[in-house]
Amino acid sequence: MTEIPPEADARPAVQRPVERGRATAGAGRLAALLVSPALLVLTIVVLYPTLMALKESLYGPKGLDPETGFISATEPFVGLRNYAEIFGEAGARFWNAFWNTTFFTVVTVGLETVIGVAMALIMHQAFRGRALVRAGILVPWAVPTAISGLLWRWVFNSDGVANALLGRQILWTTEGFHAKVAVIVAEVWKTAPFIGLLVLAGLQMIPKEVYEAARMDGAGPARRFWHITLPLVKPALLVAVLFRCMDALRMFDLPYILVGAQKHSVETLSMLTQNEASNVRFGPASAYAVILFLYVFLIALAFVRLLGTDLVGGAGAAGGRRRGGLFRRREATA
Amino acid sequence: MTTLSTKWRSGLAYAGVVAVVAYCLAPFYWMLVSSLRRTGDIFDTTLVPSPLSFENYRAVFDPTQGFGRALLNSLVVAGITTVLALMLATFTAYAMARLEFRFKRLILTLIIATSMFPVVSIVVPLLKLFTDIGWINTYQSMIVPSMSFALPLAVWNLTTFFRQMPDELEHAAMVDGCTRGQAFRKVIVPLAAPGIFTTAIITFIAAWNEFLIALSMTNKPSMQTATVAISKFTGATTYETPFGSQMAAGVLVTVPLVVMVLVFQRRIVAGLTAGAAK
Repeated sequence: MTEIPPEADARPAVQRPVERGRATAGAGRLAALLVSPALLVLTIVVLYPTLMALKESLYGPKGLDPETGFISATEPFVGLRNYAEIFGEAGARFWNAFWNTTFFTVVTVGLETVIGVAMALIMHQAFRGRALVRAGILVPWAVPTAISGLLWRWVFNSDGVANALLGRQILWTTEGFHAKVAVIVAEVWKTAPFIGLLVLAGLQMIPKEVYEAARMDGAGPARRFWHITLPLVKPALLVAVLFRCMDALRMFDLPYILVGAQKHSVETLSMLTQNEASNVRFGPASAYAVILFLYVFLIALAFVRLLGTDLVGGAGAAGGRRRGGLFRRREATA
Repeated sequence: MTTLSTKWRSGLAYAGVVAVVAYCLAPFYWMLVSSLRRTGDIFDTTLVPSPLSFENYRAVFDPTQGFGRALLNSLVVAGITTVLALMLATFTAYAMARLEFRFKRLILTLIIATSMFPVVSIVVPLLKLFTDIGWINTYQSMIVPSMSFALPLAVWNLTTFFRQMPDELEHAAMVDGCTRGQAFRKVIVPLAAPGIFTTAIITFIAAWNEFLIALSMTNKPSMQTATVAISKFTGATTYETPFGSQMAAGVLVTVPLVVMVLVFQRRIVAGLTAGAAK
């Protein structure tokens, strides 16, 4: 028996003391008082703008009123025309941005996951120098994305160190597939260590006895990885991957600075939206913003659906009821 | 035999660790080295700059670049955002960790979900609104939208910290005659100080790194934050990108964060993983 199902580790759920579990009227009032300021702020800075964007996406630019021939001071209501236009002639730029966004998300998150897991496995092996590694691994995370854009533009400069090392003369930051490669390299550099960090935290929660038992049963390193390590770090890894996906879907700073605004080969949905808004075309900009929002929402929903309660427990930070045993052990040792 | 294989294993592990650290630090090191070259040597590919020159750093602080002002703007925006987010988040997180009430899971999930939001989709309507009420080029036009990611981040981090503290603490204080509010003020907040501090660092770093909001809400150089200002450096000659001063400015913007990371790495890792691994 080499496969140890994660459920075997789970203890009977919900071990909370009774006092904490009871919802009283007093606690409810106090909670409402404590929670409402944050909810109010989020309503103002998130909910209200989202509703505004929805409304705004139904309006066209100020201009000549086709009926009266006068210049109108207000924006005319155009219904779903801003949305319909992505299927028309003007839609080419939108679809290019849409596919760029999707391509970047799939490729960067895939690479980050592989590199991050490899990093975590290496760090898990090392006993000394862990503080050094941990500090080193945090550096790419701490470098502002805007600065890492500049940093990589310098590395990928025509006379830069990337070309010197490769012995080639590639104009990385000009239009073309190599610009995409430059963005992917820079993004993966910044975020793979972060996945490594989260996976490492997951690895450290796996009890040593599980591995010893597997070794006794004659499981080799590969089998131990596939049948123990991966299933047990899955919750931590999935949350990390979900968050990376959400982040990659809204990518802006890196391609904007590394390659530039309005560059066909790297323009993402966020860049397109921001560009339209800064050109005072609020209607189309809002429509793109709404589409991006829905896209992000659908991907998140797909994750939750696909992966079940693991993730809801994880994203909800509600103590991971299903996997209570796994996570609570660390709380106890912390 | 076994000693040999363990030696091999640990040797391999160290080689791996060196590779990981090199992967993480090499590009940053390159920025540092490049910032210390003379303008004439900027395209050198030696690993150590020779001769060492601080010319680029002097260029950054040239008054025409307005970089000092940009740093100050970043400090104001990120600082106020952090303080506001922490104040609101402390209350919310305490309720989430300690009180039982209806819709708790739903509310927490919603708050966390907002941090996954594409920032650009709130920037567009807010940009229009702020244009109408004349808020463009003000600090509040950058601070208010920044709350959309800073507040969920802080709530999430603090909730996990409060959860790790035993319930008995307040119960003991309340048995000794404290009200719930006093128990919170006198017992919980001081004991949670390390967690609050960690959350403050993580929130500050996130706010300091912000680019899209600051780019959209400002068009006056004097109100730009450091990240935006650097991306718009023109340098003395307009024909060539001033890589030297960009690298020097990049180092200056990043070094405070790297120092924080080095000093508080244990705490930051605890905060980041507690937030995400749960």
